Amino acid sequence: MDHILTLGFLATTLGATWRLATPIIFASVGEVISERAGVLNIGLEGTMLIGAFTGFATVYATGNLPLGFLAAGAAGALAGLLFAFFAITIKANQIIVGAALNLLGLGLTSFLFRTYLVQTGQGVQIVPAMDVPLLSQIPYFGTPLFRQNVVVYSTILVALGAYFLLFRTSFGLTLRAVGEHPKAVDVGGRSVALYRYAAVLIGCSLAGLGGAYLTLAHANQFVEGMTSGRGFIALAVVVFARWSPIGAFFVSLLFGMFYALQLQLQAEPSIHIPYQVLQAMPYLATIVALLLVRNRTDTPATLGVPYRKV
Amino acid sequence: MHVQPFLRMDNIRKRFGSVIASAGATIEVEEGEIYALLGENGAGKSVLMNILCGILTPDEGEIVFRGAPLRLGSPEQAVRHRIGMVHQHFMLVPSLTVTENYMLGQGSPLRLLSRMRAVSSRISELSDRYGLDVRPDSVVRNLSVGEQQRVEILKVLYHGIDLLILDEPTAVLTPQETDRLLDLLRGLVKEGKTVIFISHKLDEVMRVSDRVSVMRDGRVVFTTKTSETDPRELARMMVGRDVLMDLPRTAAQPGRVVLAVTNLHCNNELGLPAVRDISLEVRQGEIVGIAGVSGNGQSELALAMTGLVPTTAGSIKLNGEELRGLSPSAINRRPFAHVPEDRHKMGIVLPLPLTENVILQRYNQAPFSVRGLLDLNAIADHARDLVRRFKVKARDVDVLIHTLSGGNQQKLVVARELARRPDFLLINQLTRGIDIGAMEFVMQEVLKEREAGKAIMLISTELEELFAICDRILVIYEGRIIGEVPPDRSRLDELGLLMAGKRIDTAPAATLM
Repeated sequence: MDHILTLGFLATTLGATWRLATPIIFASVGEVISERAGVLNIGLEGTMLIGAFTGFATVYATGNLPLGFLAAGAAGALAGLLFAFFAITIKANQIIVGAALNLLGLGLTSFLFRTYLVQTGQGVQIVPAMDVPLLSQIPYFGTPLFRQNVVVYSTILVALGAYFLLFRTSFGLTLRAVGEHPKAVDVGGRSVALYRYAAVLIGCSLAGLGGAYLTLAHANQFVEGMTSGRGFIALAVVVFARWSPIGAFFVSLLFGMFYALQLQLQAEPSIHIPYQVLQAMPYLATIVALLLVRNRTDTPATLGVPYRKV
Repeated sequence: MHVQPFLRMDNIRKRFGSVIASAGATIEVEEGEIYALLGENGAGKSVLMNILCGILTPDEGEIVFRGAPLRLGSPEQAVRHRIGMVHQHFMLVPSLTVTENYMLGQGSPLRLLSRMRAVSSRISELSDRYGLDVRPDSVVRNLSVGEQQRVEILKVLYHGIDLLILDEPTAVLTPQETDRLLDLLRGLVKEGKTVIFISHKLDEVMRVSDRVSVMRDGRVVFTTKTSETDPRELARMMVGRDVLMDLPRTAAQPGRVVLAVTNLHCNNELGLPAVRDISLEVRQGEIVGIAGVSGNGQSELALAMTGLVPTTAGSIKLNGEELRGLSPSAINRRPFAHVPEDRHKMGIVLPLPLTENVILQRYNQAPFSVRGLLDLNAIADHARDLVRRFKVKARDVDVLIHTLSGGNQQKLVVARELARRPDFLLINQLTRGIDIGAMEFVMQEVLKEREAGKAIMLISTELEELFAICDRILVIYEGRIIGEVPPDRSRLDELGLLMAGKRIDTAPAATLM
């Protein structure tokens, strides 16, 4: 068991951590934006699956990776539009609409996959790894951490970009106000619905991209239900990160670490723990994390509550 | 007509479904005046003003502002016409700073917030000019209600408006804050701004306005110069009949002691002593008032008596039976009724219908519950009975109680408590936040109970309420009863001194430091 504590093991785990956290970062940062505007979208899981499938199908058909990600983001936004129509325009219960979106995502992608793409055993070309100059030369840590694909690196930009949007632009200020006191925004002459639509669309296209990462950069193949709960973990990340996009980045890494650890430990012959226990680690961590979070003051005041005029 | 008025709202009509909120109201406002719009809750004042500031659009009628017809589709357009409103419920986002609140919805959504510093220095500058003490970096949730109101007023001034509308601005203020606000309004008018002031408080309207219109049932029924009217006339116009400013009552004939509190002690939520050694008696057929500045242990006294907070020593006896140590539900089963201080938090459940609200303490007792099932007909009959007897204005008994005005909610709470046929009635704030008509009504009902021989204790911060119906007034200060005054307005000074903790008797006062 001694060699678990080596630098090599640590470095490999850290590299895998970032890689495995990437889809969760996309989805959770997106959800932060949506929830900041007061819209609770539990349909992340389904949205990610839609993104994963659309990205895969597009690249399978065209061989064009950037187009695949673009299509995944657009498909995510489309799913978001559907969600927003029911949750915002119709003012339906957001939990119900989100649950429906999860079922739709799972069912629709499985159906389409089995109907059209089930014979794609060889998979698609995935996003290649790329060395970061200089940083990848760091002994031990360079290769595992800084020889990743560009999507992994982009998570930094996604988190910083979301932070900038929310806290440094007039749009973000209004969006946050919509989540806290929509009437004030309405009386101030801005459309609450418009901002909520925008927040959901941004959030869902990020979730779609997170899904596409799974098929186009992580694996090279679509598998039914392949998000395996990552969308739900992203929901927990948002709470644990107290609705901060930067926080969501780091908390996602924490959960990514549990994924990485369980993979590493499964491959370790000296560890005699049933692999099912190890696989459960990220999910157990989610439950523990949610138990630890008691502070409710950061929750957007109108989270999950449809806005009605008068 | 002679000259065009500054603002004319002509024959404004607005209905929400079957409810007529404005039934052809017409007002004229002159430039540079303080114009008061007086009326009971639900008379249509707020609706009229929400139309003027662009939140609502009228079904009929026209607005002429500065000689030109005004058609508003949004509050933003109203601001462009230099009309701004301070709402009764503030439009400030609690989690944001003052500056961020001012920037909200201003300019292009894509703009960066780098201009923040310019905005905050402009806020500081305006705040100094009007003496408003608004600090631009304060987070709104950390501000007191009075401070938040100043932030709202400054926000309107920041946007450069000429016509300022205030909806019930003093409802949430202390008397000192109210004085300060009225001074500010006078200052604004001197600068040439025009103020419309919605209120249902006669004394403020008398103090600050130049002209006043009274609204009733969606119409303006009376307009006059404030200097040419008096509170009695205004009250009559509001209610539509003469209001008894002084309620007739017979001399008290106290019978046996119903409730006896002896050497009662209890702590507040921080664990500090809140009620210290209070002893008092309430007899049949008398109303005992507890006067005091808010926060001197009144809330804890009421909670301790109803079993809602634990007491540390003493005794509370009802008809000779010890109540101390009993659970609130056990006390509920005794002939002990309680009209709580905060209607919304403890008196009623806002999202429930009238029917369920009237059986809150008795839902598991006959006739409302039969073998564990609710008897919906019995409940509805009971609710209808209370609504009729107490003249509660409600469309039906299955409407949600939050759709009722404060006055009607309070009437229902009092009705519910009296329907339990208590021997003792504990009232904490009888008329807080309700209109004159309802105020007079509930006071008369309480007096009727006194005639019927009930023992009543009334805790209040409103001295008028105490003078109007109490037979004797005890003064509470720092958790102790420090004196007793008869309900005689000529003894007001004495009462005021006691409330400030100054004993008048010759004994050296422990509270005087």
